[in-house]
Amino acid sequence: DISDVGHKYHLELVLEDVLDKDSTVNCTAEVLYHLANKNIAPDVQFTIEGELKNTDEADNMFYNRIRSLEKELVAENIPDSHGNVSPEMEPIHLLAWVASGYVIWQNSTENTKFQLAQIKHVKQVKRSDEYLEFDYMILLHEMVSQEIIPWQMTVLWHPQHGVQVTQ
Amino acid sequence: MWALLVLIGAAAVSAHPQDLAFDGQKVFRVIPQNDEQVEIINSLASNMQVDFWQPDSVTLVMPKMQVDFRVEADKSFEVEDLLKESGVEYRVLIDNLQAALDAQFDSKVRTARHSYEKYNNWEMIAAWTADIAAQNPDLVSRSVIGETYEGRPMYLLKMGKSGPNKAAIFMDCGFHAREWISPAFCQWFVKEAVETYGKDTFMTTLLNSLDFYVLPVVNIDGYVYTWTNDRMWRKTRSKNAGSRCIGTDPNRNFNAGWCTLGASKKPCDSTYCGSAPESEKETKALADFIREHLSTIKAYLTIHSYSQLLLFPYSYAYKLPSNYDELNAIAHAASKQLASLYNTEYTYGPAATTIYPAAGSSDDWAYDQGIKYSFTFELRDTGRYGFILPESQIKPTCEETLLAVKYIANYVLEHLY
Repeated sequence: DISDVGHKYHLELVLEDVLDKDSTVNCTAEVLYHLANKNIAPDVQFTIEGELKNTDEADNMFYNRIRSLEKELVAENIPDSHGNVSPEMEPIHLLAWVASGYVIWQNSTENTKFQLAQIKHVKQVKRSDEYLEFDYMILLHEMVSQEIIPWQMTVLWHPQHGVQVTQ
Repeated sequence: MWALLVLIGAAAVSAHPQDLAFDGQKVFRVIPQNDEQVEIINSLASNMQVDFWQPDSVTLVMPKMQVDFRVEADKSFEVEDLLKESGVEYRVLIDNLQAALDAQFDSKVRTARHSYEKYNNWEMIAAWTADIAAQNPDLVSRSVIGETYEGRPMYLLKMGKSGPNKAAIFMDCGFHAREWISPAFCQWFVKEAVETYGKDTFMTTLLNSLDFYVLPVVNIDGYVYTWTNDRMWRKTRSKNAGSRCIGTDPNRNFNAGWCTLGASKKPCDSTYCGSAPESEKETKALADFIREHLSTIKAYLTIHSYSQLLLFPYSYAYKLPSNYDELNAIAHAASKQLASLYNTEYTYGPAATTIYPAAGSSDDWAYDQGIKYSFTFELRDTGRYGFILPESQIKPTCEETLLAVKYIANYVLEHLY
């Protein structure tokens, strides 16, 4: 408890690779929730103890596949009602997950717990530069209020330049 | 033999529920292990009328083969005795052919089939409750405890070998419409009970000594709505006076610190507590049933998703139940049991601190009614798929959860009060 500033949490966590449960990496972080302006995202500082796996091959495969599509990618309900995600859509799902992480961070307070519930709709937007752009309509699940919150996000991605999200 | 099958087929197709041509007839499934046992089946077939469903005739029976056959009602006891005495592995596939036939005609046309490893819609689940009771009359009986807002019957399955003065455990699933893995678990539990009774000593003891009341879907209207309109619906589907928003959160609608903490007074909110405790027909039916059977119900389990938690009272306040140490120990052990199968980690503890405060929940209410062992399960996962848990995870989720439920049931059996 930092008076007049907010609440700071010191965390020790283990990061687990979603695609390979045996691949883990330790991490420490400090999160500061602001007292004054609840509309500012919490400050986050973190240190990863070790290295994250190299994903260049998979990244490039996905990148090239999308770049070579004749028509812009469009999809709905990922996962579908029964939890299915087709293999072609899996990277789209993972990208949404990463991007929603940013949205969640920007909208979190000490009294919220958000998760990505589902991608309702995703549409690729053709670009003249080398980035991939996707317009997502996602559903976020907020655990405390149990509400489902629709959210629109535009996501830019490039294998070497990473993810950018505009809300 | 083939002619016999056609006759039966014709009879089955044209039979009216009132015809009792097949009443009491049993269908056995036998797996002869060796030539000796094959011989036993041969002599059975020569001594009485045996209608082979598979293989087509007795001459095709071989060791290690699954053999299904139908016998007359008055011969079924003799057959069962013979099989038991000679140590031949068998089970009763259909206990009363007439009942099974009737059940088939009672249910509406099903385009997809019920599966324990898939999500079943309400029609399939309703039909399944009839089938499972018809196929296992010694272990399962179905009743209706009330009607939903939209007029659907709330089916309850009572499981257990009938006996005098039995204590009971009540378990419900499907409080929240979008938590599909929950009703899947109740169906799995019932299946395991009927399939392993007589084979698994643990389950056999449980069903002999206790009754299990299993309510496969509490919030049927909501569940149907998640199949037809909105996969993310949570509440009931009742209209709210003076609002265009529909539904009450059934797990905020019980008379336990009702609507004080962690619940909303606004009909449009997901945690709306309702206009009054038990304002919902579904929660009232559940509460009425428990009240009526309070003297026999010794434990209450309610299944939800997601988060991988095993919770006990209280959630309507940050206070601890009087038998906190005991409940905590049970939750600890049950969680360990669960994790033993696939290393699925559960967190356990009193609900208010472990998940969040939430007044009006059914487990708090049941506990305050005097049911000492009251638990809420939040099943897989922890958020990757959340409510939309892939069907491929139904089986492992149910298997591991069953271990925890069996542990709790056994504990209750050993600590009856």
